[in-house]
Amino acid sequence: MTDTTMAYSHGDPQLRSMAGAIAHSGPAPKRIVTGYGFWIFILSDMVMFSAFFATYAVLGGQTAGGPSGHELFDLHNVAIETGFLLASSFTCGLATIAADTRNAIWFQLAMAVTCVLGLGFLAIEGNEFASLVMRGAGPTRSAFLSAFFTLVGCHGLHVSAGILWLLTMMAQVTAKGFRADILRRILCFALFWHALDIIWIAVFTVVYLLGSAA
Amino acid sequence: MSNGYQEAGHGTDLAPGDEHVEGGVGLRVIGYLTGLGLAILLTATSFFVAGTDLVWQPSIPVALVVLAIAQMGVHLVFFLHITTGPDNTNNVLALAFGVLIVFLVMAGSLWIMANLNHNMMPMDQLMQMQR
Repeated sequence: MTDTTMAYSHGDPQLRSMAGAIAHSGPAPKRIVTGYGFWIFILSDMVMFSAFFATYAVLGGQTAGGPSGHELFDLHNVAIETGFLLASSFTCGLATIAADTRNAIWFQLAMAVTCVLGLGFLAIEGNEFASLVMRGAGPTRSAFLSAFFTLVGCHGLHVSAGILWLLTMMAQVTAKGFRADILRRILCFALFWHALDIIWIAVFTVVYLLGSAA
Repeated sequence: MSNGYQEAGHGTDLAPGDEHVEGGVGLRVIGYLTGLGLAILLTATSFFVAGTDLVWQPSIPVALVVLAIAQMGVHLVFFLHITTGPDNTNNVLALAFGVLIVFLVMAGSLWIMANLNHNMMPMDQLMQMQR
């Protein structure tokens, strides 16, 4: 409380309590500031993805005489990829609970499973990309395939970055323990990983399911 | 049990992704399991609807979009813990703004490009004019 508020509230209990309440509500805790800032980043990332989705939706039919999604996509693989990402979101949630209870063993275990599932997802996606390029359906074949590789590849790059981040968090928890700053990074990582799963829902619906139905 | 919420004392806000913890670990795991179950159910329905002949074909794209939006809602609630509570107002408002921009970019692009496509002269006539 400053001297002025003291002077004004002097002798008036109601005013004094008001001044007290204002003095108590200082800046928000760092966990909220960091988490909220990262939440804004995730939303801006989704805005970026929406531009790629719009591009794909506009160019989806422009196959330039080349193969369409209906001929190229293997929904069996996509279902497995989706299962991997869903399960990894769940184990990422378990890692969050383990971090909140400061249980290092469960945290490392849940993060390791998340990592394996994420790598499995990337392996299937890389395999799919390689087989498309081998069949002459690379990103240079048509506008549809350029948009496809940009959109799905951008999501794959995000997953790769997420896995690097995940391994960093495992190492940092081993080296530094559950310090407040490490816990904030774990919070941001969990937000990032769950957000990637949300974007994948849009990818498998718009690109694969609608693409092979049409 | 402690996460940022309790460390912050009686804060009025909750960081996005943080859960308002009341039960023990078991209850939180059940929360994530519920989310996983619902997500698997919606995903399985999506894949089933996409490949089936049992429903009216023109309704399939609409059904897929609705299922996808529902699953995004499930992820937001059960995995990211975005709620309608007063401690989440800032998070929800930021999300609403993000959704608005995403909607404008997608719908605007599709609308403008469809309109341009519709108004463009057929390619053979365009070639003749350039001669």
